[in-house]
Parts: sequence; structure tokens; C-alpha cells
Amino acid sequence: MVRVEFLGPIQKEALELDISNLNELPAILQKDKEVSEWLESCAVALNDTLVTSLEASLKDGDKISLLPPVCGG
Amino acid sequence: MLKLYDGALDVPTLLKEWYEEEAKSNYGAYIPFVGTVRSEDGIDGLSFDIYEPILNAWFASWQVRAKEKGAIIKMAHSRGDVMLHESSYIAAVFSPKRRVALEFIDEFVEDFKASAPIWKYDLLEGKRVYAKERSTAIKGSGLLA
Repeated sequence: MVRVEFLGPIQKEALELDISNLNELPAILQKDKEVSEWLESCAVALNDTLVTSLEASLKDGDKISLLPPVCGG
Repeated sequence: MLKLYDGALDVPTLLKEWYEEEAKSNYGAYIPFVGTVRSEDGIDGLSFDIYEPILNAWFASWQVRAKEKGAIIKMAHSRGDVMLHESSYIAAVFSPKRRVALEFIDEFVEDFKASAPIWKYDLLEGKRVYAKERSTAIKGSGLLA
């Protein structure tokens, strides 16, 4: 199982998913009404490193984070 | 050095501490930037969420860039609520010569705004309202759309 966390203003509890590649995630999240509107503007991190491609195999315990638009300061 | 604090920053104390920490380090320039919450659009203040693991990695990468120029960066940021006329952000560059520090503080703060995993909310009538219009999508966003 991998854990998907939604950061900042995305009001959604983390998901535990049984997927083996990051490229399986869009289809799952696009069906989720709570999160689908955020996907266009979210960056993705795998184990706390931002990714530039969804071609990444996943192992048990991996953590995926969705980062919506930021504004520090 | 990156430090996070609950609530507003104690600006005079931090600036003094940082000054004293580097007073004998032979830096010719100390250039701080202090971000203060302004009264606008009827807000009572701002509030912040921070995702620390990625913030720490982002900051470490900038510290490496600073070191290449013989400089260092110090940064402090608030978590939670910061009210009007209080400060939520301080960044400072120390460098041997002023030009490096002046340019570096500009680059650093711009990338901070665009990349640091911090989310801002307006405090309006007791509610926390995500500052969506003022936020920037991190480079590379939209992979899941």
C-alpha cells in the first residue's frame, strides 16, 4: 500500500492505495470530486521529493504528496 | 539556518541574534528582508500551513548555492496565525561583498514565493480563507490532471 497525502488547503484525508506505479494515480484522483478540481494546479512529490514525471514504480510504504499553489511570506 | 515559529516572529530579537552570530565571521554585508502583514481587504491577519520536509530540502539547496558564492542564508517563518502589523517572514543573506547579497536576497525571495511549500490563508471574520488568487502553482504542477 502507498499513502497519498493532500497538503495545505485541500480538505481531504489521506488515502491508502494499492498501486504499483505513480502513473496509476491520475485515473483514481480524477474520479474523486473532492480533489479533481485541484489536480491542474498541484505539484506531486514522491517520498518528499518533487517529481517531473509520473513514470515511477512504487513500493509498499511510499508516500505521495499533492502540493497545491503556494504563497509563503 | 531555517527556523519555524508558532505565531508572529520576534523581529528585533531575531535580527539581533543573527547579527551577533555572524559579527566575527568577516562578512561585509548583512541584508535582511522582513515581511509584515498589512491591513488590506478587511483581513484581521494571515495564517500559514507549512510542509516541513520539502521546505527543508528546498532551503538546503539554496544554502548550497549561497555557499558557492561565499554567502549564507538565514530564514525564519511563522506557522499558524499572524495578525496585522506583525511579521511572518525574515530572510537574510550574509556575504563578503554587498553586490552578492543584494542579488541573492532578490533571487532567493522570488523563488521562495514560487516554490516554498507554504500555504497562506486570510483571517476574515474568524474564518481561515485560502489565498488562492495570490498563490502560485509550483513549477511542474498539473501532472495528475
